[in-house]
Amino acid sequence: MLEKALTGSKGYFLWVVILLILIGMGFQFYLRQLAYGLGITGMSRDVSWGLYIGQFTYLVGVAASAVMLVLPYYLHNYKVFGKITILGEFLAVASVTMCLTFIIVDLGQPSRAFNVLLYPTPNSVLFWDMIVLNGYLFLNILIGWTVLGVEKRGAPPPKWIKPFIYISIPWAISIHTVTAFLYAGLPGRGFWLTAIMAPRFLGSAFAAGPALLILFCLFLRKYTKFDAGLEAVRAMAKIVTYAMVASVFFVLCELFTVYYSQIPDHMYHFTYLFTGLHGHTALVPLWWICVALALLSLVLLVPPNTRNNPTTLAIGCAAVFFSLWMEKGIMLVIGGYIPSPLETITEYRPTIPEMGITLGVWALGFFILTVLYKVALFVREQEVGEASH
Amino acid sequence: MNSTRRRFLQVAGLSVLGLGVKPACDAMAAEPKVSVGPEALVGKRWAMIVDQKKCIKEEEGCKKCVDACHLTHNVPTIPNAKDEVKWIWQTSLEHAFPGTQSPVLDGYVKESLKNRPLIVLCNHCDNPPCVRVCPVQATFRRPDGIVMMDYHRCIGCRFCMAACPYGARSLNWRDPRPFIKTETMNREYPTRTRGVVEKCTFCFERLSKGLKPACVEACKEKCLIFGDLEDPKSEVSEVLRKNPSIQRKPHLGTRPQVYYIL
Repeated sequence: MLEKALTGSKGYFLWVVILLILIGMGFQFYLRQLAYGLGITGMSRDVSWGLYIGQFTYLVGVAASAVMLVLPYYLHNYKVFGKITILGEFLAVASVTMCLTFIIVDLGQPSRAFNVLLYPTPNSVLFWDMIVLNGYLFLNILIGWTVLGVEKRGAPPPKWIKPFIYISIPWAISIHTVTAFLYAGLPGRGFWLTAIMAPRFLGSAFAAGPALLILFCLFLRKYTKFDAGLEAVRAMAKIVTYAMVASVFFVLCELFTVYYSQIPDHMYHFTYLFTGLHGHTALVPLWWICVALALLSLVLLVPPNTRNNPTTLAIGCAAVFFSLWMEKGIMLVIGGYIPSPLETITEYRPTIPEMGITLGVWALGFFILTVLYKVALFVREQEVGEASH
Repeated sequence: MNSTRRRFLQVAGLSVLGLGVKPACDAMAAEPKVSVGPEALVGKRWAMIVDQKKCIKEEEGCKKCVDACHLTHNVPTIPNAKDEVKWIWQTSLEHAFPGTQSPVLDGYVKESLKNRPLIVLCNHCDNPPCVRVCPVQATFRRPDGIVMMDYHRCIGCRFCMAACPYGARSLNWRDPRPFIKTETMNREYPTRTRGVVEKCTFCFERLSKGLKPACVEACKEKCLIFGDLEDPKSEVSEVLRKNPSIQRKPHLGTRPQVYYIL
């Protein structure tokens, strides 16, 4: 089936070439990072995780989108999602691949990565994260490829794949929960030390992933023969709306606890984001853009008439995607380090090589996604062709 | 024919699974035995006291403990603060004990400390969060309480740096060797490669030769006291019995083993 990715329009090949150039550029920067060390990034002794771990955290969320389609389709027999479940599963494959790549580029000694397998350490959350992420990647490749393969021959999915599909549902919840536990169990970091971290991750994940899928569906309907169907898009839009409302609500819960309790260790981090701390304000503008986009998304998604209009829906979904990207991909990680446990402030600014590597990994993800979607759409178009005969 | 092939694949599959089980079993096996030389200092619970009142005033610029440690362990002097590596350093009260400020306490402490710097280092916690989070056991707690680093196993994920509530850990953000002076380099202690985390190890290598930690030896004011807390006759036990002392962030449950007399 993979050979279908080698045929396509001029626009398709231009897109693929752009992605390959970006991947190549990212790889060049990565070679420089390998030779020099992580000092080439903006990370420091005080802010020891940055853009890479932020992207990883955000993309674990995007990978969830699959479950929001798989669950209604397979558990509740919601047929409307039948056409697009494969898009969710392949988005999960691309996202988890990006997650794992971001972990690798973040390691100080990447050549020793397999020490995690050589010395398995069940008391480390990172060990479990490695297991759930790789497991989720495996499940989605297996399910997506098998279902698509039999569909190409016009057959229904084989029975043996069903248990894997059912396992993939709680498994999707686990990747977010375990990733949240990376942060939520550290005694000295007030910003992350909160039981609502895992629910917050789930809320934002179920908003950001399906929002991206809606954008893909709208794009595919406009530029290809693939139409996800109005009902499917509207159902996803409802999921995004509820998840975004939950996500904002969870952040407000956090803000109440932090500011009503007035515990400094917990308060300083949010104060740094909202107004800056002791004159350090690097993240303040970004935080307010993030807040504004979240509010804009709610204004556009909550009223049914703007949610059902493709143009305002697209704007709303883009607002969800970028707002949560700022929140999970930047603020959540950096904000946890400022101020430091010694209450000193070291600000963080990503460097050009760091941004180049980050862009390269995103391009890699989109490359995988493009190839997989190309194959999936080919099979779908073939079905449409047969049906019309 | 077909059934033997199937059988072979079954056995092969199980063997591969077995390969995965072995390291998991090893991980849960008992701690390996360590042989100790005759001259070594042996303790059951190493601890340190920082008697801050004895420390020389800031303006006189004494940094003997810091210099001794960093020279002994080939800690690089990197001018760029972002890439800094440090095992023991001087800071002020509000950074060493954040959140403890009050006008009354400040008045008392400022009087007794009179602008003396505060010495901070790894607390060698009894319940260390860094050890809990390390995915490869590159940082681990010895039976005598020393929280150790294995520079050869560390993958540089920096989870330990996120977990440490005392900011005691440094990553080698770049190759440290150009920042170590060749003439003062200690040939008996390894230099590190880039991408690994390091921190104070209570001079385990000196203890094994019967020597006290380098910082303790360097401090002529006897501001730093080192010894075995499980031994009631040790100097640390006696000093702690006679003087009220505090630990950094004890409410976090890490049970830090560096005690401060302010």
